[in-house]
Amino acid sequence: MVSRMGDFRIIEVKQSVFADNDKRANEVRKELKEKGTFLLNLMSSPGSGKTTTLSRTIEGLKDELKIGVMEADIDSDVDAKTISDLGVKAIQLHTGGMCHLDADMTHQGLEGLGVGELDLAILENVGNLVCPAEFDTGAVKNAMILSVPEGHDKPLKYPLMFTICDVVLINKIDVLPYFDFDMEACKKYILMRNPNATIIPICARTGEGMEAWKDWLRNQVKEWQKGDNN
Amino acid sequence: MHELGVVFHVIKSVEEVAKENELTMINSVTLQIGQVSGVVESYLHNCWKWAVEKKSVIMKDSSLKVETIPAITLCEDCQETYPTLKFGKICPHCKSENTYLIQGNEFLIKEVEGC
Repeated sequence: MVSRMGDFRIIEVKQSVFADNDKRANEVRKELKEKGTFLLNLMSSPGSGKTTTLSRTIEGLKDELKIGVMEADIDSDVDAKTISDLGVKAIQLHTGGMCHLDADMTHQGLEGLGVGELDLAILENVGNLVCPAEFDTGAVKNAMILSVPEGHDKPLKYPLMFTICDVVLINKIDVLPYFDFDMEACKKYILMRNPNATIIPICARTGEGMEAWKDWLRNQVKEWQKGDNN
Repeated sequence: MHELGVVFHVIKSVEEVAKENELTMINSVTLQIGQVSGVVESYLHNCWKWAVEKKSVIMKDSSLKVETIPAITLCEDCQETYPTLKFGKICPHCKSENTYLIQGNEFLIKEVEGC
């Protein structure tokens, strides 16, 4: 048998495993910009109040913005019906049991939503504070919901998630009196990871703080649709 | 964690490299993985075996080699470095929290061997 060893070549690659996803994500963002659609990547751990927050946000903004939602949670807590009941378009993404979404899956979802017709597309990422942070989905901004019962030390335990988030919603502030949740420490830990993060304490159930959050989102969409920045 | 997901990304990238370099069979792939990249090497090997058989023709028999990059943190206040895994966020020299990771978060495809 002829040895084929001599034929083997070593190709130096020196490329990040995430490079192809990053490239794809930038293409997704470019397309979104051309079409005037703002994509928000919403992340959180399970049970943080994503469903309620998302529903209240949609109710508050649907008269002024055309909104679409992509559900990606493995076993989603906001199903297409709940969102459809609010009068906006929703689709379920199939992650095949994966712990995160990548730019390619997001792009497929955007096509399903009909991205050109929307002002605001919201991607409900898989409920997990680790893996979704590693993969750029192509979103314009990243948001996460941290709820009071989870504890103020979460930014220390999941540093990357807090590093990549543009806005952190601290939800369920109505239960603050019952938990040893130190709001100031929490803010400090978040800013330690990301000095540019916007922090908005909210209670989606009672509506407290929701105006500030909706203002933030409304302004982001406006900036994206008119400006050349971002 | 997401070892399977990243293996799919590696396969995709390696297949592109193979195409560019006209390789028709991949013998091995060497990855460089930082200590705090969040990837567990043993899971990666398991996922690799399954994924290359399922998802690729040219990589079907390829082996996976892993080189570990140690995690090192730099303290901005005293300018000393220290091993991240042992001490975490707080500098063991001056107790400052004003520290950041300078290496150890990598996940790179170093080289591909094929013919």
